[in-house]
Formats: sequence, structure tokens, C-alpha cells
Amino acid sequence: MLGRLSWAAIPFDQPVVMIASGTVGFVIFCVLALVTVKGWWPYLWREWITSVDHKRIGVMYIGLALLMLVRGFSDAMLMRSQLALAAGHAQGYLPPEHYDQIFSAHGTIMIFFVAMPFVVGLMNFVLPLQLGVRDVAFPVLNSISFWLTAAGVLLVNVSLVVGEFARTGWLAYPPLSEVAYSPGVGVDYYLWSLQISGLGTLLSGINLLTTILKLRAPGMGYRQMPIFCWTALASNLLIVASFPILTATFAMLLLDRYGGFHFFTNDLGGNPMMYINLIWCWGHPEVYILILPAFGVFSEVVATFSGKPLFGRRSMVMATMAICVLSFLVWLHHFFTMGAGADVNAFFGVMTMIIAVPTGVKIFNWLFTLYGGRIRFTVPVYWAVGFMVTFVIGGMTGVLMAIPPADFVLHNSLFLIAHFHNVAIGGVVFGVMAGISYWFPKAFGFTLNERLGKAVFWCWFFGFYLAFMPLYVLGLMGATRRMQHYSNLHWQPLMLVALAGAVLILLGIALTGVQLAVSIRQRERNRDVTGDPWNGRTLEWSTPSPPPAWNFSLLPQIDRADAFWAMKQQPGTAPGRNVKRSYEAIHVPRNNPTGFYLAFFAVLLGFSLIWRIWWGVGLGLLGAIVVCLMQAWRTDGEIEVPVEKIAAFERLHGPKERAV
Amino acid sequence: MHAASPDRMSPKVAKTPGALAVWLRAISMMGAAMLMASCNEGVLDPHGPVGKAERVILYDSTAIMLAVIIPVIVLTLVFAWWFRARNNHARYRPDWEYSGRIEMIIWSIPALVILFLGGIAWTGSHDLDPPAPLKDSTAPLDIEVISLDWRWLFIYPHEGIASLNRLVVPAGVPLRFRLTSTTVMNSFFVPQLGSQIYAMPNMVTRLNLEADQPGTFEGLSAMFSGDGFSDMRFDLVSTEAEAFKDWVNTTKTQGGVLDARTFEELVKPAKADGVQTYAQVSEGLFDRISSGHRAAVSPQRGQ
Repeated sequence: MLGRLSWAAIPFDQPVVMIASGTVGFVIFCVLALVTVKGWWPYLWREWITSVDHKRIGVMYIGLALLMLVRGFSDAMLMRSQLALAAGHAQGYLPPEHYDQIFSAHGTIMIFFVAMPFVVGLMNFVLPLQLGVRDVAFPVLNSISFWLTAAGVLLVNVSLVVGEFARTGWLAYPPLSEVAYSPGVGVDYYLWSLQISGLGTLLSGINLLTTILKLRAPGMGYRQMPIFCWTALASNLLIVASFPILTATFAMLLLDRYGGFHFFTNDLGGNPMMYINLIWCWGHPEVYILILPAFGVFSEVVATFSGKPLFGRRSMVMATMAICVLSFLVWLHHFFTMGAGADVNAFFGVMTMIIAVPTGVKIFNWLFTLYGGRIRFTVPVYWAVGFMVTFVIGGMTGVLMAIPPADFVLHNSLFLIAHFHNVAIGGVVFGVMAGISYWFPKAFGFTLNERLGKAVFWCWFFGFYLAFMPLYVLGLMGATRRMQHYSNLHWQPLMLVALAGAVLILLGIALTGVQLAVSIRQRERNRDVTGDPWNGRTLEWSTPSPPPAWNFSLLPQIDRADAFWAMKQQPGTAPGRNVKRSYEAIHVPRNNPTGFYLAFFAVLLGFSLIWRIWWGVGLGLLGAIVVCLMQAWRTDGEIEVPVEKIAAFERLHGPKERAV
Repeated sequence: MHAASPDRMSPKVAKTPGALAVWLRAISMMGAAMLMASCNEGVLDPHGPVGKAERVILYDSTAIMLAVIIPVIVLTLVFAWWFRARNNHARYRPDWEYSGRIEMIIWSIPALVILFLGGIAWTGSHDLDPPAPLKDSTAPLDIEVISLDWRWLFIYPHEGIASLNRLVVPAGVPLRFRLTSTTVMNSFFVPQLGSQIYAMPNMVTRLNLEADQPGTFEGLSAMFSGDGFSDMRFDLVSTEAEAFKDWVNTTKTQGGVLDARTFEELVKPAKADGVQTYAQVSEGLFDRISSGHRAAVSPQRGQ
């Protein structure tokens, strides 16, 4: 009846897990109870759960990512404290079978459920506003993408309590991830949650790509497109090109595990090396899917707060697109040590280095954007300057490891761990944090507390250096990744320093919570009434904060990059000033629960597949198909916003003379 | 500056440089200590030609890149500071967004660096290709490495002996490894000798190393392989040629026989626990393992 599921799947014997999940369960229960008692369900259902507004979906993506950042970071704290203790003969407090799940979950969650939703959320929120359009190309599909991602998140977290997670590392290399060596449900949790959320990501990529290519404000050609949109274009091209590889690779591993196939097994002609090639054909572009939008954020932030256009815009666009193409030609550098041979290794090493050229150009372009600026040191600028200083170090160690013989001694060491955290934290996290504090007032109508924002930055900045510089050194000393304990006592002091760094980052994350709470309390004081709190350059700042559901009452006319800046330079031409406005009724998409229902059945389907509950599989599949069919036959997709409502909104929130 | 009274400010002002200096000294001392620590062991303290060549590459390429990275970091901080909004001496150029000359330079600098490093990468990968024999007149010693769950088995095919979790080699003699795995992937790595290489099931990889002086060097698996992975460490003991001969002879007279039956015991998953030697090894064992004829000796792992 319940497949492999039984009471034995719940780890009653592991106090750490039970206490953690008990606490989480209690918090969730309290939140749900609060929502019920306060009667917030109709509001949540109407304004968020069934919303197809790209701004709401963007905010939900980022909320989800913040939540999962806490989960992923708890894993990091467990690992750092384990390694601070487990030196010499000590074994620490986490046995291997538990520790192995923790590092696998940490990597999986941080990449797929923190970094990805952060980046997709930012793109979702910002793109239509910067492009001067009213929504993404397929609003309902957008909601479906989000809810499928949430379904994946739920499944990963269920694995904490029911059953186990993968013990294979975050990419689940076979043959270790094959049934012969990982017979439990851990790898199945990994595979199904990523298949479901991966589908969401692919759909989101198609959606955003179509938006950029087909929906832009009148007059906005590619040359007038804001730079963040360019990086988003590159990122979504990569999503559309690479996520099918991931899905197909996982599908083959699933066939191995469920159907007795032999794609990657040791016997009957299977070849694990094929998996490793395929997974990195997705995996390396994935790196750029995450970092390119972060580059876009920095470009916007540096230009806005320097009060200057981005230096070398054309160079920047060319560099972005060069990275987009080259990112597919470097995957082998993840396994120079698999014995490919000198010519192959050398080719991929050199290709990898070539990517450093456009990346270096970008750094120089930001540098010269600062030059001649009038830089206002707001929180986003802190992140941007912190990024420029930190990222070049990560880039340097990356190029170092692109030299095959150097990689032969650094591969899989803590040096590698330090390198990719250097670019992931110094690049993606810093970029996302800059983006959040930059666009927060646009989303919520008030700015975030600056003092606390700077405190958060310093915690992350010093925390990063303290946590990962020792790891570079440990890697050179021969410490390898994923070890649960080590015998060399010389390593322990460095491990302790790394732990201290992690604690500092923890403080930064906690302060983010404080910052949010304080900012919400002080919202009246920090209200953004102009819609343009930073003296911005791009179209999103021409809308009120927060923008109405239809974004633009009148679609803007564009004839250059930095369009909004140009409008502000010519008083009287900005929309609404001395211009007789006549509005037309606007059609906005109607709320739609399809995404939520689909996610419900996706979770049922995934959970049943993991535990081999075949009736549940049938039910989940059937439910999902019925929901899709119902959506296909829906005809009431849009509602009309009447002219009076738009005019009333504009009278209240429309453009006023700004005090610049 | 905050509007504080002068007498309240002065002790603080007097103290600040001192505190800063203390911090700077502490940080630089910590950095130096970290560097010193890393130079005494691991890949920056190589004891063989491969590791030494790789250290040269590490140092050279880091130096080349630092020549660009450090100025960039300094310039970032200087520009950000000088062009701060409150600095009235800085010239604001609100429309300056392009300079062909600067564009030219900023594409050339990274391109030139990469040209250099690309050369290093190309020649380095050929010179230090793991299967390429070392340039050494001495005849190499053949060693077959089999990764088990979770131990290392070293077979000396010409001597007809084997050793579990301890690799004894003569110093100054090139070591010619062939590697495979019984179950999952591992990576054979002795940081102080240089290059690592994957050990994979149904596959033979090759690696050439050499220890140029006697000593004991730690070896490990650098590829996660399951619960017993952290203990998958071994000592590589490099001895004088005579001592190695003695060790071979002693081993031949002691210890059991490694044949299909004893090997079946070995492939059962177990954590590394002490070393063991075998006086006799059934011929072709490595080839049978690496070609996949081991259906009988590959039990599934338990939950």
C-alpha cells in the first residue's frame, strides 16, 4: 500500500534531526495557525498564491531563496563545526552516514534552491519593468514555474524527516549514486526534487527569454536594452540550452535506478564517465546562469550610484555574449584528472582561460564607470565594491585551476571549495544582496535600513575572508573535500578560523532578518514617494513604488539606453509632465491557481515515486494532466482594468516633480 | 566627522592608529603563519620531480596574475574613494562613457595574461601528462593500484607481492602506476609527490610519479566514495634502494596469498584498519578486476 514507506523511515533515533525538524514543524504550525486565526488565507490566496503578477512571483522566489538560505546555511554550520572538532582521533559529533547527507544537501540546496531562485526572482521582478512592458510573455506559466520550484523545495525538506537525503555529493556521480551503492531513497529524493524544480526553471527560462526577445517597450531595440536585460538574456539562453541536458541526464540515471537500465552502471556496458561529462555540460553553463545576472546587477548599481552611464557599454554586451557562448566549451575542466590525455586537457584549459578575458574586461569597465563618478556610498555600492575586490581573487584561483597540471594537485581539495565559494559568495551572493537592497523600494515602496544593511555587508565580507582564506591554505596542505574527519592536527587551527568566519556570516544572515524587521517598522519614515529613490537611469524607476499591477499606465517611448535618465534631463518631456494624458483600458491576466494545483500533484507524484507508492504515482500524474487540461480550456484569462481606475491611480501615485 | 567635543575626541584619535596597527600586524601575522604552515606540507612541499614542476607552475602563474590583480584591487579602492560624492576635488564627468584607447587596453591586458598562461597550460599539460613516462634513465617500478571500499591495494606485479594501505617504494626510481577500482570512483593522490588521477571501475588510468628522497608521505583518496572515505588514507614510504629490496624479500616470506578467494574478502566494504602485506599474488588479478570480470567479487553495499 505504501511502497517502501514505513515508520522506520522516520529517524526517531537521531536526536539532532528530530529536534531540528520538530522545531521547524512547530514554527510552520505556528505560522499556519496565525494565518488562520487572523483570517489571512483569502488575502494570501488572492494576492500571492494565485497571483500571476511577475512582481509578486519575483518576490516569492526571493522569499523562498531566503528561507532556503537559512536551511542551506544550517548545513554549512554543521559541517564547519564538525570539522573544527574532528581532528586527530576525534570523530566529531556527526557520523559519516549523516555528514554525507549534510554536504550533499548543502550543495544541492545552495545551488538549486538558493542561488537559482534568487537570480530567477530578481530577473522576474526587474525584467518587465526595465523593458517597459506590463508583464512577462506567459504570466500563468510564470506562476507554474515558481510553484514547481517550490514543489522541489518541499520534497528536499521532507527528506530531512521522512527517509534520508543523498549521500553522494551534490552532483550524485555514478556509480556511487547507482542502486548498487546507494540503495536507499536518498538519491531518489535528490533526483525527483531536481527533476520537478528543473522543469520549473526551464519553463521560466523560456518565458523570460520570450519576454526579452518579443516584448519590449516601443522603440527599444537591442542597443537600447538595459544591461541587466542583456545579462538576463544570456542567462536565459543558457537555461534553455543547458537544463534539458540536466533533465535528460537525470532521466537516464532514474532509468538505471528504477528500470534496471545500464547507462551509467559498472556492468553491462554502462559508463559512469558519460554521466560526468553530461552533468558538467549542464553544470558549467549553470555557473554562468547564476553569475551573469549578478554582473548585470553590478552594472546597474555602479552606473546609478556613480551618476554616470556604464563605461564601455558595447564592450560589456560583447563580453556578456562571449561568456554565454564560451561557457559551453569548458566543461571538461571539472575532471582533468579523469585521464583524458594531454591535448584534450590543454584545449579545455585554454578555453577556460579565454573566458577570463571577457570577465576581466567587465571588471575594468566597472572600474572606469567609477572613474569620474560622483559615487554615493549606499548599501548596493558596498556590495559592488566588495564584489570587485573579492571576485578578482576568485577569478585568479579559477584560472590557476584551469591549468591542468595545477589542477592535478588542487582538484577536489579545499582549495577548490574556497575557489567556488569565492566566486559564488563574492559574485552571486553579493550581487543578489546588492540587487535586493537596490530594488527593494521598488517592490515595497520604502527603502531598507542603511545602517543595518552596511552591518550585514561587513559581516558577509569579513566572514567570507575568514571562512574561506584558511580553506585555500588547507587545500594547499593536502586537505580534500567531503572528509568527515582528519588526522592531521596542524589543520585544526585553520578549521577553527573557518568556523569563526561561518559564525560571522551567520550573524550577517541574522542581521538581514533584523534589517527587514526594523525597515518594516520604520517604513513610514523611509517611504519612497517619488518612485525613484536612487536617481535611477532605467525605466523601472519611472513607475511608482510599488508599481501597479499593469506596471505602466502609458507604455514609454524609448530612443536610447538609460532612457529614464534622458527623460529626466529634459524637463517637460517625462511622461505626465505638462502632457495631457489619455489612458486606455488595460487587460491584465486574471489570477490563476493552476501553478499551485500543479505543484500539489507534482509533490504527490514525486513523493510516491520516491517511495514506490504506485497508486500515488497514478493519482499524481492524473491530477497533473487534468489540471493542465483545465488550464488549456480556460477562456477567462484576462480582466480589464477600466480607464477610471487607471486615471485614479495615476492621480494618486503618478509622476510628480521630483526633488533631485 | 561626528560633532563630538574635542577633548572627548582626542584620546580616540590618538588611539586609532595604534589599534589599526595592532590589527594590521595581527592580520599579517596570521596570513604569514598560514602561508608558513602551508609551505611545510602538502603540495607546496614536494618531494619528487612531478610535484616540483607543478609547484613551479603554481608560483609562476600566481605571480603573473597577481601583477594584474593587485593593481586592479588597489585601483578599485582608490577610484571608489576618490570619486566619492563628498569629495569636491574630484571631477565629475556625468557623460563620460567611452574611450577607444582605454577599451583597447582593457581588452589587451587580460588577453596578454591569458596568452602567457595559455602557453603554460599547453606545455604543462603535455610535459606533465599523467601517463607520460618521466624523463629518467632508471628503469621504472610498476605498481598496480586497486581502490576498494574503503582501502587501497597496491600490487607489485614483477615482484609478485601486494600491500594493503601502505605503499613502499624506492627513492629516486620512477613509479609507473596503473589504477582501477572495484566499485566506485576514487582519486589516488599523494600531495607531496604531485599529480592525482581517478581510479575507476572497468577502467585503467595511468600515472607516473617519483619520490626523490626517503621519507613518509601521506596518500589519500581525493574523490568522495562513500561512508568510509575519510579513512581512505595510506602512507607512501619511500626508502633507499637497498631497504626496498629488503622489504620485498621480507614480504615474500611473510603474509598470506592474494587470490580470488582472499580477494573476495577484501572487496567487502570495510573501513581502513591497519596495513597488511601478501607474499604472493595470483597472476593477472589487476587485469581481471579492471576488465570487469569480477561479478563474483562485487557485492552490493548494504543500506
